[in-house]
Amino acid sequence: MSISREVVLKTAALAHLELPAEDADRFAAQMSEILAYMDQLAELDTAGVPPMSHSTLAEHVERTWRADIVKPSLGSALATANAPEGFGGYFKVPSVITRAPREREES
Amino acid sequence: MNSIPEHRSTIALTRAAIANGTTTARAVAEAALSRIEALNPRLNAFLAVTADTALAQADATDARVRAGEQLRPLDGIPVAIKDNLVIEGVATTCGSRILENYRPPYTATAVERLCEAGAVIVGKTNCDEFAMGSSNENSAYGPVRNPWDEERVPGGSSGGSAVAVASGMAMLALGSDTGGSIRQPASLCGVVGLKPTYGRISRYGLVAFGSSLDQIGPFAASVEDASVALRVMAGHDERDSTSSEAPVPDFADLESGVDGLRIGIPAEFFADGLSEGTRECVESGIERLRKRGATTVDISLPHMKYATACYYIVATAEASSNLARFDGVRYGYRAEGAELLREMYMRSRSEGFGPEVKRRIMLGTYVLSSGYYDAYYDKALRVRTLIENDFRKAFVECDVILTPTSPSTAFRLGEKSGDPLQMYLSDVYTITANLAGIPGVSIPCGTSEGLPVGLQVLAPHFGEPVMLRAARAVEV
Repeated sequence: MSISREVVLKTAALAHLELPAEDADRFAAQMSEILAYMDQLAELDTAGVPPMSHSTLAEHVERTWRADIVKPSLGSALATANAPEGFGGYFKVPSVITRAPREREES
Repeated sequence: MNSIPEHRSTIALTRAAIANGTTTARAVAEAALSRIEALNPRLNAFLAVTADTALAQADATDARVRAGEQLRPLDGIPVAIKDNLVIEGVATTCGSRILENYRPPYTATAVERLCEAGAVIVGKTNCDEFAMGSSNENSAYGPVRNPWDEERVPGGSSGGSAVAVASGMAMLALGSDTGGSIRQPASLCGVVGLKPTYGRISRYGLVAFGSSLDQIGPFAASVEDASVALRVMAGHDERDSTSSEAPVPDFADLESGVDGLRIGIPAEFFADGLSEGTRECVESGIERLRKRGATTVDISLPHMKYATACYYIVATAEASSNLARFDGVRYGYRAEGAELLREMYMRSRSEGFGPEVKRRIMLGTYVLSSGYYDAYYDKALRVRTLIENDFRKAFVECDVILTPTSPSTAFRLGEKSGDPLQMYLSDVYTITANLAGIPGVSIPCGTSEGLPVGLQVLAPHFGEPVMLRAARAVEV
């Protein structure tokens, strides 16, 4: 499968990545080559074969549930200690949406 | 200083020497730390050295000796930890700029169990960024160099851990193996590297790459040392629901030999692409087992040729979801000056991740995206079933499978770094074990043109005891 620069840019946006123009071209070429290699899976008839998302642990082991009891956890101070920007035990992030242009002028 | 030590001790000998007062844990730790100080500027295996912790842990062992207490399995043993395993308060970068300033608030179960057994943690080792790579050239902190030839790669992704043991900077090291990241660098550096059965060791505290493939395992200078480390770390952990509740044997029966053992030789692993020198070494290792009474059985793993394609779909898909958490909010790098949240996500990730990580996130996003999911991701999951079935059938006819670990010995720095697909193909012999969830170990098996060759032993799920017994017979 050969993929275009446009598909690369769309995929990058889905993955929350920004690619400079020269990277997009390079990635298009490399991903096309890798996907062409992956296309050999199409040779196999897998119609009746179940998908395997995980190593089949269930066959080897009886799973047991742990008791549903409250245990100590990190707490908000420690859990937020690595945040690039925090505020009193919260994570602080930039605005999620922008204000409409007219509101902006009024404020 | 020669970067390959002339003499090596074992865990058993070192513990005995500490117990009987011939040496102290502090002296052993100081020797390891001074070796790191001398060699690391050349080899770049360690990203952080935890000298204060190491000396405190060593002093605790010496206090036990003075108090006449019995020593624990790893008392006084210098251990290095791959930098994608968290230790409370110790920088954990995963070889990435995005985690440059991360200080974990907790410790991985595997590391915790080593420490409870008396291990002396000497530092965190360099690796390919987020464990993605086969040469260690993808670290944001520079490549690790192979102590056998410093112009060559140590393999990856756990290259720093392999080098730490190969060069005697630590007696044990932990790595993680998603597609061969313990076994391949062990092979290229001439040490033992063990990937346990999926679920044998808790993954709690391992920064996730491919959650259905990742396993933690040890590097050691001998099969016996590796089995001691496995014993300490193995067993269920309620903090990882995929860790197995299967009973943990002591893995200590290494010397009972291979008489009558059925060894599977898969033709697919000895076909085109295997270098001649590697083939000779591996065949002589197989011959050694035959002389000791093992029988060889020709087996076939017919879907092997699809394994690399299958693996790089599953692994990149899982990576693209796992690495979504690095968004500049809870930890890690945040780009300056973004006005809106989405812009902050995009810029933080783009500035924080290196090219190989981006490439894999992109591939994973693509194979999971609407319109391509069935042709790639779903297809790969079904091929994964076929690959696991190949092993199930093979293990009816044989007890273990012997193969080369890597198609060639250590390649030169820069030799494959410009060609991602060629780099992916260097994992061809190791990735099937991760797809099937079975254990594998690489053992040194001679040298070719002065560089170490590794032989791989594969066993059925939870077959580590027979795998280690066969590995031990290769070693002696």
